[in-house]
Amino acid sequence: MFDLYGYQDIFLKGAWLTLQVALLSLILAVALGLLAALAKLSHSKILTSIATIYTTVIRGIPDLILMLIIFFGGQVLINNMSYGFNEWINEVLTGYYPNHEWTSYLPDYIDISPYLAGIITIGFIFGAYMAETFRGAILSVSKGQLEAATAYGMNKYKRFFRIMFPQMMRHALPGLGNNWLVLLKTTALVSIIGLQDMVKIAGDASGSTQKPFTFYLVVALVFLFYTSVSTAFLKWAEHKYSIRTR
Amino acid sequence: MDFSIIINEYQFYLEGLWTTTWLVAASLLLGLIIAIPAGILRTNNNWLIKGPIWAYMYFFRGSPLLVQLFLIYYGVAQFDAIKESWLWYYFQEAWFCALLAFTLNTGAYTAEIVRGAIKNMPKGELEAAKAYGMTRLQTLRRIILPGSLRRALPAYSNEIIFMIHGSAIAGVVTIVDITGAARVVNARYYAPFEAYLAAGILYMCLTFSVIYLFKLWEKRQHHI
Repeated sequence: MFDLYGYQDIFLKGAWLTLQVALLSLILAVALGLLAALAKLSHSKILTSIATIYTTVIRGIPDLILMLIIFFGGQVLINNMSYGFNEWINEVLTGYYPNHEWTSYLPDYIDISPYLAGIITIGFIFGAYMAETFRGAILSVSKGQLEAATAYGMNKYKRFFRIMFPQMMRHALPGLGNNWLVLLKTTALVSIIGLQDMVKIAGDASGSTQKPFTFYLVVALVFLFYTSVSTAFLKWAEHKYSIRTR
Repeated sequence: MDFSIIINEYQFYLEGLWTTTWLVAASLLLGLIIAIPAGILRTNNNWLIKGPIWAYMYFFRGSPLLVQLFLIYYGVAQFDAIKESWLWYYFQEAWFCALLAFTLNTGAYTAEIVRGAIKNMPKGELEAAKAYGMTRLQTLRRIILPGSLRRALPAYSNEIIFMIHGSAIAGVVTIVDITGAARVVNARYYAPFEAYLAAGILYMCLTFSVIYLFKLWEKRQHHI
């Protein structure tokens, strides 16, 4: 249907990379979200306030800015820190051994890969949104269930994984699905920090072929395909997991 | 870390704040003008009316805003017909492309909010309107719109925040919005951490002011 001027293969790779980044960040986001939700509902004041700061700050700042802070700012911060460490340890050693030569104990320049930075940033951002979803879901499981589990002599972990988790996921599914759809579209931003995803490849390809509309339209259609498949799957999952409650 | 850079270059951020504010406000207003009729017509049973609106909403809600912006900003140049017409005068401008992309995007999301609010309309209200002998247009104006728009308000406040956050990509296509200002400052001093953190704080202030205003408004409505 579309003539991609020989860019089909590399474009497919980009499409797969986009999906990879999205799925890996989803895993990170779910894990962080669960932790933050549990922290918010815990009795420890410190944990509650850390989780509240995390969810509030993240949800107040655009994803792109967070990505730029973590990718570019993080890079500078890590390098300054490792340079500072090198300087300090060298000074200390020179104090003890006057003929000590300057050595880099930590690498002077650490390159953050955009792939990892992208996954970590997106996972970190959506962890905050997931936390709110999970918090609501945990609260909607009736207390009697947990009390019954305690009465059966289950410990904390068994109570969570056997009783709480299976029941809360049913309530979390619609919110989780929504977050996934937003996350999927956010992955387009990783092209800005230099990852060779679909959007970046389309940009490169349209530069050399002078067909920007064709390439970006194909990117949009691939995203539409991803979101459509996700929506269909979510509908099926919601239907499946609501049966037993009726 | 050296935040004196930010204080010295505060005019950039002020300019960026202004650009972000008017860009988002204009897109939201124009988007609302698209969304209300689109949301109403989407509930129509005729596929000739419903179909094109469904396709519009499906496309703009299913693909990333960044790709939509690129499609308009870079993509339109592919068509010689537009390049040779008076339209090119506007499509050359980054601000026009951003405004168009944001408007179409928020229009689609808001239309979905309007559609949802109309669909969840209590049936009794419609039946009562019918019993009073109101015509379809009267029912729409007097019953459906006031009720459903009020119910749509919390969802719409979320859409405003999404739009503020989404607008950050305008900085990628040379516009000096808050992100653009941070990019300029970073390019001058190579201080990414300070430059982007300052932008983040500005966005956060903008977001929380909107949330605060909406809370105030909702409270006032409950008092009446």
